[in-house]
Amino acid sequence: MGYSLIPIFVFSILWGVVGIICPIFAPKGPNRGIIQVVLILTAATCWLFWLCAYMAQMNPLIGPRLSNETLIWISRTWGNKINNTQA
Amino acid sequence: MGAMFRSEEMALCQLFIQPEAAYTSVSELGEAGSVQFRDLNPDVNAFQRKFVNEVRRCDEMERKLRYIEAEVHKDGVHIPAVKEAPRAPNPREIIDLEAHLEKTENEILELSHNAVNLKQNYLELTELRHVLEKTEAFFTAQEEIGMDSLTKSLISDETGQQAATRGRLGFVAGVVQRERVPAFERMLWRISRGNVFLRRAELDKPLEDPATGNEIYKTVFVAFFQGEQLKSRIKKVCTGFHASLYPCPPSNTERQDMVKGVRTRLEDLNMVLNQTRDHRQRVLASVAKELTSWTIMVRKMKAIYHTLNLFNMDVTKKCLIGECWVPTADLPNVQKALADGSNACGSSIPSFLNCIETDEEPPTFNRTNKFTRGFQNLIDAYGVASYRECNPALYTIITFPFLFAVMFGDLGHGCIMAMFGGWMVVKEVSLAAKKSNNEIWNIFFAGRYIILLMGCFSMYTGLVYNDIFSKSLNIFGSSWHIPYDNHTLAENGALTLDPKDAYTEVPYFIGIDPIWQSADNKIIFLNSYKMKLSIIFGVIHMIFGVCMSVVNYNFFKRRYSIFLEFLPQIVFLALLFLYMVFMMFFKWIAYSTKNDELAYTQGCAPSVLILFINMMLFSKNVPEEGCKEFMFDAQSDIQRVFVFIALLCIPVMLLGKPLYLLATKKNNPKPEHSNGSVNQGIELQEQTDLGDVQPKPEAKSSGGHDHEDEPFSEIMIHQAIHTIEYVLSTISHTASYLRLWALSLAHAELSEVLWNMVLTFGLKDHNYVGAIKLYVAFCFWALFTLAILVMMEGLSAFLHTLRLHWVEFMSKFYAGLGYIFQPFCFKTILEQEENKDD
Repeated sequence: MGYSLIPIFVFSILWGVVGIICPIFAPKGPNRGIIQVVLILTAATCWLFWLCAYMAQMNPLIGPRLSNETLIWISRTWGNKINNTQA
Repeated sequence: MGAMFRSEEMALCQLFIQPEAAYTSVSELGEAGSVQFRDLNPDVNAFQRKFVNEVRRCDEMERKLRYIEAEVHKDGVHIPAVKEAPRAPNPREIIDLEAHLEKTENEILELSHNAVNLKQNYLELTELRHVLEKTEAFFTAQEEIGMDSLTKSLISDETGQQAATRGRLGFVAGVVQRERVPAFERMLWRISRGNVFLRRAELDKPLEDPATGNEIYKTVFVAFFQGEQLKSRIKKVCTGFHASLYPCPPSNTERQDMVKGVRTRLEDLNMVLNQTRDHRQRVLASVAKELTSWTIMVRKMKAIYHTLNLFNMDVTKKCLIGECWVPTADLPNVQKALADGSNACGSSIPSFLNCIETDEEPPTFNRTNKFTRGFQNLIDAYGVASYRECNPALYTIITFPFLFAVMFGDLGHGCIMAMFGGWMVVKEVSLAAKKSNNEIWNIFFAGRYIILLMGCFSMYTGLVYNDIFSKSLNIFGSSWHIPYDNHTLAENGALTLDPKDAYTEVPYFIGIDPIWQSADNKIIFLNSYKMKLSIIFGVIHMIFGVCMSVVNYNFFKRRYSIFLEFLPQIVFLALLFLYMVFMMFFKWIAYSTKNDELAYTQGCAPSVLILFINMMLFSKNVPEEGCKEFMFDAQSDIQRVFVFIALLCIPVMLLGKPLYLLATKKNNPKPEHSNGSVNQGIELQEQTDLGDVQPKPEAKSSGGHDHEDEPFSEIMIHQAIHTIEYVLSTISHTASYLRLWALSLAHAELSEVLWNMVLTFGLKDHNYVGAIKLYVAFCFWALFTLAILVMMEGLSAFLHTLRLHWVEFMSKFYAGLGYIFQPFCFKTILEQEENKDD
């Protein structure tokens, strides 16, 4: 299972604050209910959306197919060195 | 309950108003804008109603105001806008206003009439002057010709001779329009058989036509002829061509005198004309200041009298009775308005309000503010909610922009949309003040909050999809690294990274890994991801919709429906489609390239769709070597159980409610129906204050079918249709949610094509020419981005999101059979009148 707990916690806490803590502090007034529903729905949908993207990439079943030029460029700019072996 | 959770409670009220206080009370009610009046005289002709004369008076005043306004516009006087709408005038003020309007109208009419006369005179004098001046030339020429043969010393003889010669030649002088001159000439030639001599001179400056104010070019002509018969013929031709003839004295001295006289008269006339113009300007300027407020006052008056026509006159009690729907929360306001009306009139007998019970369905009223109004309009466009039904607009505030964003997901385009929406919201006061006629702008402006939210959510989904103008951001470092060495790279043109070697164990922090943007097989990965995403959100949205029906059943006290309709529906949906969603999540977790067990590696990962189809059809799939057919043990048993329970739900949906109703109808007697009706002369109830208000109209008969009255066959047929619709819709609507995938794919592809085909053209050269190329390419790229990707794709995604809400979400619980509350409110009436004017 390829995952790291840090992003899961960060995002769950972030959207948890938005969706569970903030509605408690919604300003009193005729629109209190509306604000609470808005916050809860935003948090739920955005968290689920992020979670699907995260989980779809946890255990990838295929990998990207790249041209060798792109691969060389990626290795130079994204900082992962390729082995410099000669045949 | 929260503000928009369901529509507000309404009460049917009877108003008893004294006739003398009626006008002021209705005026106060119009300012408050909380009541919707019902017509108590539906079969009375419009011309036989009580206040028809007053309405006629208002119409007459409106006509006068329109005339005055037209005159003010003609002179270009500026009409200042009024800041606060004035109240409707009381009866004494009405009489004053009428008199004032009459006086002003007559004054303006008189001024216009006089101005026309004066201008006519001016025109004639001007033409006469031109004729005299131009014919000067003709006659002096004539005299010269005549003088050729005679010596100048013999003046006395010459004059006599010339008089004799000139006496034989008659002439008429006049002015004709320049366009008609050729035809005029030809006609004169024809009627005189060539015996008429026409000399003409064109006038350089055009003359103003007094009636229309148009400037016309004219020509002065002198026609010389012999004989009286020809003279009459020529005169007839001149009348035919609308040429004005002027008496021109033959002798020079007389002409000079005449010219002088005409000049002085012209100067006097000019002075008078200027004074008239100034007077007119002053009158119009003074009127223009009051014009808007008068117009508003007259419109309010007319509205009040139309409303008073809806009332019923009670002969015995000598008061006016009206019926209206009022939101229960606004009853104190209405009471106050009635009290104010009575006080304003100084009436001793107060008017009062009496709430009555009724079985009729009240109108649906949702109190909205500028933010929620847009979303409420989206829902109302499909159908107004039934009375006190659950309002889907509350959830639409977020689900609509979110589903739009799933289809639109691009950080750059979302940013553009959010900025556009943000600009409209920040400047909304100044933008609303300029009332525009452009329909498209009005629609965009009315939806500014929707656009802002759509833009913001699109920025979030763009961040997760990692797509900004078809490029990806690499903020946190990619999770894929290159495991190959120089030699492998040199030998192979393209390589596929195997997750076993190239994938670090941790997925990208937010969203899709940036390496996929450069991959050739990006679509294969994204398709799988986005399709699963669409189904997940679709099933959750539909379950949410079905759960909303519980709230409705609970409120309308149809608890049996919870067990006989909601329960089988949710079980059917969940056991089949929520199970499919579970399978998707399970596959994401269980199958990996790095598993030890062969059955759980990528070669053996089963297709969720095939598993689902096999589950429904009870068929088997022979797995490959070493792979397992199912994802976990006992899956086949669980699936069988699920499908059986789901199939069992169908007859419960079909027969449960009708059988229950049949059983209960036999047991319970029919409940009594009471209608609150307005009877003339019934004894008034004692309750007049708010504390004893009768309970709201019975909720049981509203918000759905009245089952007690329907025969069993009707109920059965309805339920059968409902069941078939629901069962089929579970599969069709689930598939319909795949449009979330389809549109986001189309958007991403369009964006990529635009970049690769348009912008790269400008990015390839690295010299100065390249700079110019980039400038041009960027112009086209930006244009197409805005027109195609933001506007067209935006509208398309908006439409599809709307469809998803209306059909897939709301068909699960929404009845939408209500009618909207249209209160008697001066603000809306004035706005409507203004829109009609424009």
